[in-house]
Amino acid sequence: MGPRSVIRHRYDAVIVGAGGAGLIAALEASKRCRVAVVSKLHPSRSHTGTAQGGIGAALGNLETDNWQWHMFDTIKGSDYLADQDAVELMCQEAIEVVYDLEHMGLPFNRTPEGKIDQRRFGGHTKEFGKAPVRRSCYAADRTGHMILQTLYQQCIKQEVTFFDEFYLLDVLIQDGRCSGVVAWCIATGELHLFHAKAVLLATGGFGRMFSVTSNAHTLTGDGCAVLFQRGLPLEDMEFFQFHPTGIYKLGILITEGARGEGGILLNGKGERFMQRYAPTLMDLAPRDMISRAIYREIREGKGIEGKDYVYLDLTQLDPEIVEKKLPDITDFVRTYLGVDPIKNPIPVQPTAHYAMGGIPTNVHAQVVIDERQTPLSGLYAAGECACVSVHGANRLGTNSLVDIVVFGRRGGRSMAERLHALDWPTLPEDAVARTQETISHLCESRGEESVARIRTDLQQMMMLHVSVYRTERGLKEALAAILDLRDRYRRVSLQDRGLRFNTELQEALELGCLLDLAWVTTIAALSRTESRGAHFREDYPARDDVRWLKHSLANLREGEIVLSEKPVTISRFQPQERKY
Amino acid sequence: MQVRVKIRRFNPEQDAQAHWREYTLTAEPSDRVLDLLHQVKWYRDGTLTFRRSCAHGICGSDAMTINGRNRLACKALVKDLKQPITIEPMRGFPVVKDMVVDMTGFWEKYRSVKPYLISAEPLPAKERLQSPCERERYDDTTKCILCGACTTSCPSFWANAQYLGPAAIVQAHRFLFDSRDRGAKERLDVLNASSGVWRCRTIFNCTDACPKGIRVTQAIGQVKQWLAKVRLSRRKSVSKTVLSDS
Ligand SMILES: Cc1cc2nc3c(=O)[nH]c(=O)nc-3n(C[C@H](O)[C@H](O)[C@H](O)COP(=O)(O)OP(=O)(O)OC[C@H]3O[C@@H](n4cnc5c(N)ncnc54)[C@H](O)[C@@H]3O)c2cc1C
Ligand code: FES
Repeated sequence: MGPRSVIRHRYDAVIVGAGGAGLIAALEASKRCRVAVVSKLHPSRSHTGTAQGGIGAALGNLETDNWQWHMFDTIKGSDYLADQDAVELMCQEAIEVVYDLEHMGLPFNRTPEGKIDQRRFGGHTKEFGKAPVRRSCYAADRTGHMILQTLYQQCIKQEVTFFDEFYLLDVLIQDGRCSGVVAWCIATGELHLFHAKAVLLATGGFGRMFSVTSNAHTLTGDGCAVLFQRGLPLEDMEFFQFHPTGIYKLGILITEGARGEGGILLNGKGERFMQRYAPTLMDLAPRDMISRAIYREIREGKGIEGKDYVYLDLTQLDPEIVEKKLPDITDFVRTYLGVDPIKNPIPVQPTAHYAMGGIPTNVHAQVVIDERQTPLSGLYAAGECACVSVHGANRLGTNSLVDIVVFGRRGGRSMAERLHALDWPTLPEDAVARTQETISHLCESRGEESVARIRTDLQQMMMLHVSVYRTERGLKEALAAILDLRDRYRRVSLQDRGLRFNTELQEALELGCLLDLAWVTTIAALSRTESRGAHFREDYPARDDVRWLKHSLANLREGEIVLSEKPVTISRFQPQERKY
Repeated sequence: MQVRVKIRRFNPEQDAQAHWREYTLTAEPSDRVLDLLHQVKWYRDGTLTFRRSCAHGICGSDAMTINGRNRLACKALVKDLKQPITIEPMRGFPVVKDMVVDMTGFWEKYRSVKPYLISAEPLPAKERLQSPCERERYDDTTKCILCGACTTSCPSFWANAQYLGPAAIVQAHRFLFDSRDRGAKERLDVLNASSGVWRCRTIFNCTDACPKGIRVTQAIGQVKQWLAKVRLSRRKSVSKTVLSDS
């Protein structure tokens, strides 16, 4: 197949990704300049739509709350690795952003007085850790769906320009300046070159590198991987969150809101084991702790019937609360397990859920390229693909939705505001050459390897050695396996060599991204010889602030990964031991 | 267990016409139809093409006709289906490739009902108040995931592709019955037009097809009732004007 035809566009700003972060950025930016939103999924299909439990903001609608407690909880939850200036901004702005969402029409659940209803969530407390607090603003267990729909609706109202089912292949960077992106129109197979003064990536997470995950098939970290291939750093990639309650084997999420409403975890002996691990918060302790507790119970033979799962028990809740406040998860459990959660406990296991790491940015969502926080002109990132870092080593529930709207909006604003000072960057002469080469290699290769097999092997290896518990031995084994898989990937061949809607080619490209990100994750995990938040090394079980109270940065340099470190911003809360 | 699957295939770069292909697969009774499609795509024929993302009934990507009924492939389980399981694209949209259909017309109609909150009223510093009861009135229609299963199961839509279709009306309902919305007037003409709600013949296919259990026909009925009331009050005010003129 010869080179594909190339169609050119010119926009002041291009936003890649149409989940919560991309859409709110688009709303902000398009008030001030010409914006195009490029997304591989139709916007309403984005994974933000699956978020269930809620968005955290200290509105204090049901009991006294304040954003400083939210800030403290977030930092403690992060195992003190979050940058405190960014967390401060986020927790303050969360309140205003939630009101904005309501003003846009978001159908929150309401209190009897008609205010936004709020519920409890893991790690969210009052008075700096004294007791759980109602902070999560929610719409049944469909909060993400409502956020995504509402933002998309507003984009339609504002006549934002969308390029739906366009796949990002490259970000053009030259002489310290971003000049646009190259995307591929999935329907036609043509390449599109977007010349832009500013680009914002909001491409979401990459849970698909693990075999059991709450993440959509399409969450393959493409934006992160493209920048990594372009030589930009990724930050804190060793921190990947496992949510304690995924439906057994399927990984489909059961929101923490289920425990917020009173659900409890039970082991094979019928014990409420979280009492032993977190006496104050118990089943509402942060996710990293509960996931480890579940793994430990299972290892000690205390899973259900000695197997690799435990129970989430909602049977003691008022059935009406379950049906009304948790209708979707009730439906999932009934559909996929044939179990009625009102009558029977739900088999659950930890599921790969959220990437704390990603593209390093400052609080204006500008991509920064080194430990001195030097911004790269014209390049922005927000949402799960970015690392500000507000989640540090472990994200609290409800804080990603806060992150995507707060920093998505900041990104949209700052890119539009800075545009006027920028002239048009020159596009590289061979702007699409790299992309043409990648695609034609995949389409023409006659190797004997298959995408599906490599992907399955990768996912199983990551689950085995790079998940909740890690050791040097396991990580080294994973690393060797990943290098081998990367080698096999070069010999992948496709059966679909057509131009139109070639989703086999898309899956191959996505696998390439996963392989890169799994490689970085494993190297970073191997290097960090301590345990902090979601990164738990059995051979280094303690947190080591002297050596490791630092962010990690990983760069690709001549085919090798080079690690470096970046200081953590600590303003108000000094690191303490993390007990709940 | 062994599962027989018949898939309607069409590759625009190779086929003049769509045709059926049959596959025999090994699967668990609890497997989703989406798992079967993946099995074919990943291990048999990489050209098989369908949309999907979340795999648990939220994103709305994979509505298709399975054993003659519109459903999400990720919510239809093998154990609930008679064999051979037939899988074909939703009816009424142009087929792009295999299960992938061109939904341009669907999105145009969606946009035409102004699917966003319309209100010029000044905003309070905090949230607008809305009682749980007011919130409940439009709860059902907020669940829509825009999958298209309802619209493409509707005989009125098959008969006339101009018809707005259930999905767009569901979206209109979501705002018409929201106590905060003031956009009723702006949506009136589209809904009342000859291609609007009156084409609905209350056949209930849409309600059966909805993977989120939205009572679609009921929602359309409520929109009709609302329109009837508006028409009536208009007629009254017109006749009043005539009277006062004479
Ligand atoms: C099941 C589940 C439940 C959750 N519940 C909660 C919760 O209750 N509270 C909370 O705070 N957080 C929750 N989270 C986390 C939160 O939902 C996500 O972190 C967040 O929605 C991510 O938003 P985003 O905008 O960054 O990315 P996404 O919504 O994932 O959007 C990514 C976008 O990028 C586009 N894209 C990706 N790659 C490309 C490419 N190559 N080319 C073009 N476009 C591309 C996609 O099309 C998509 O539009 C949950 C997550 C899951 C999985
Ligand atoms: S894949 Fe998302 S609804 Fe089926």
